[in-house]
Amino acid sequence: MNQADARTVVLEVLAGIAPEIDGTDLDPDAELGVELDLDSMDFLNLVDGVSARVGRDIPEHDYPHLTTLAAFGAYLASPPAV
Amino acid sequence: MVADFRMPSLGADMEAGTVVEWRVAPGDVVRRGDVVVVIETEKATIEAEVFVDGVVDQLVVEVGQEAEVGALLATLTASGEEASLTLTETPTAAPAPLTPARPAPSAVDARPRHVTHSPLVRHLAEQAHLDLVAVDGTGAGGALTRRDVERAIADRGYADPHARAAPPVAFGGEPGRVKASPLARRRAAALGIDLKHVTGTGPEGAVVTADLVGVTPSTDQGASPAVASRHRPAADASFRRRVALGNLMARSKREIPHYYLSTTVEVGGPWDRLREANERRPVAGRVLPAAVLLWATAQAAAEVPVMNGHWVDGVFVPGDAVHLGVAISLRGGGLVAPSLRDAERCSVAELMVRLRDLVGRARTGALRTSELSDPTITVTNLGDQGVESVFGVIYPPQVALVGFGTVVERPWAVDGMLAVRPVLTATLSADHRASDGHDGARFLTLLAHHLQEPELP
Repeated sequence: MNQADARTVVLEVLAGIAPEIDGTDLDPDAELGVELDLDSMDFLNLVDGVSARVGRDIPEHDYPHLTTLAAFGAYLASPPAV
Repeated sequence: MVADFRMPSLGADMEAGTVVEWRVAPGDVVRRGDVVVVIETEKATIEAEVFVDGVVDQLVVEVGQEAEVGALLATLTASGEEASLTLTETPTAAPAPLTPARPAPSAVDARPRHVTHSPLVRHLAEQAHLDLVAVDGTGAGGALTRRDVERAIADRGYADPHARAAPPVAFGGEPGRVKASPLARRRAAALGIDLKHVTGTGPEGAVVTADLVGVTPSTDQGASPAVASRHRPAADASFRRRVALGNLMARSKREIPHYYLSTTVEVGGPWDRLREANERRPVAGRVLPAAVLLWATAQAAAEVPVMNGHWVDGVFVPGDAVHLGVAISLRGGGLVAPSLRDAERCSVAELMVRLRDLVGRARTGALRTSELSDPTITVTNLGDQGVESVFGVIYPPQVALVGFGTVVERPWAVDGMLAVRPVLTATLSADHRASDGHDGARFLTLLAHHLQEPELP
């Protein structure tokens, strides 16, 4: 999965959680927590949804890598740590 | 046997609700607990359940119409011995009589199944000097409906048939006065909006509350240009929720002598254990710290009953269980505080599952009646927002509110040595009529103790 596909998946899941966010207009470096106002429950739902879509576990200790859309995409595009 | 399904009361502050969707039709068989209607209130959109088994006879209130708490929404033929019960869980009063101060467009089609006529019917008839004896009732048991009265008035030429969408009382018709619903008029006055500058979209061009959204208050009535109205139903619902919450909080601060306590809890141990447990679990099975906070609060509330219940008519009424209110912020603004019923009997993992479900439904507007009836104590958790402590306002008629801030690393003395540890500030706002600082301190101490020892999956 390349970064563009990964971002698309994240945005699609995000649309179900925060419908008011305009995916086409979203700054990929905006902080998901502060700037997009996602709380820990939203974030759990986002990770759960993305994890199910890409068929890959996303452990909690990787959450610090998932602070922005760009970072989330880069994370999904890289192979999982063994 | 015929039974009534009435507009349920979902809290002390609810006056009316609007029927958004019927999930049943006449002839449908319903069972206790079935969702039959979706109702929008100032707080939230909720799914209302019936509380007996039966068959739907008649839907009295149409989609889009507002009805007061206690107004008849539907009639059912109940089966079994429960037939004589009212189908709403909480017995509710019949709609309040209309008064000049609060003419309610909300009592639409409210038709209590009494021999006497409903206040709305009587009011309409009085206004039009109509003798009700001469009117045929088409409602169940020959009762008079609003339609019957309006039809009778229309037959005599008193009423404009196009005004049927709203009761004539709702829209003032004095010459030189802008037509507006009473609610819109009050709100416009409160906001300093001149109704002359608002384009009405209601019946006969009357200004309704939705028309006020986005209108700038007039600073100089003579000079201000006409402001086009904007139709934004979502924004209006959020505005209405804001007004309702504001009223409730103002009442709380007016009536409840709050006292406040605070304690700092070191959470390094339990948070480490939570992290370890979550590492072993797939995403969907992970537990958020919020669930641990709710669990600890529910345990403490069960142990200090004077924090858990309602203040009603000058006395404290303890709750029958811990119905834990959870303040949930909504996207687009606003707040709802639905409850997790019998929370003290749930494990941390169970509370997590229920919390996730509850937050999801609160934000998509699908809460149930039973979840919005008054909680016995409420938790507000601003940890995700990065503040260290919150001293909240108690939701009447409750007597306590628990607040949690974010987890921060702070210098912490351990065995006489200084260490850096994650700590969390827990606060209690409590009603001094129901409890004293001594009780509150005991509650917070127990809560802190439970936070140290959560039963993790």
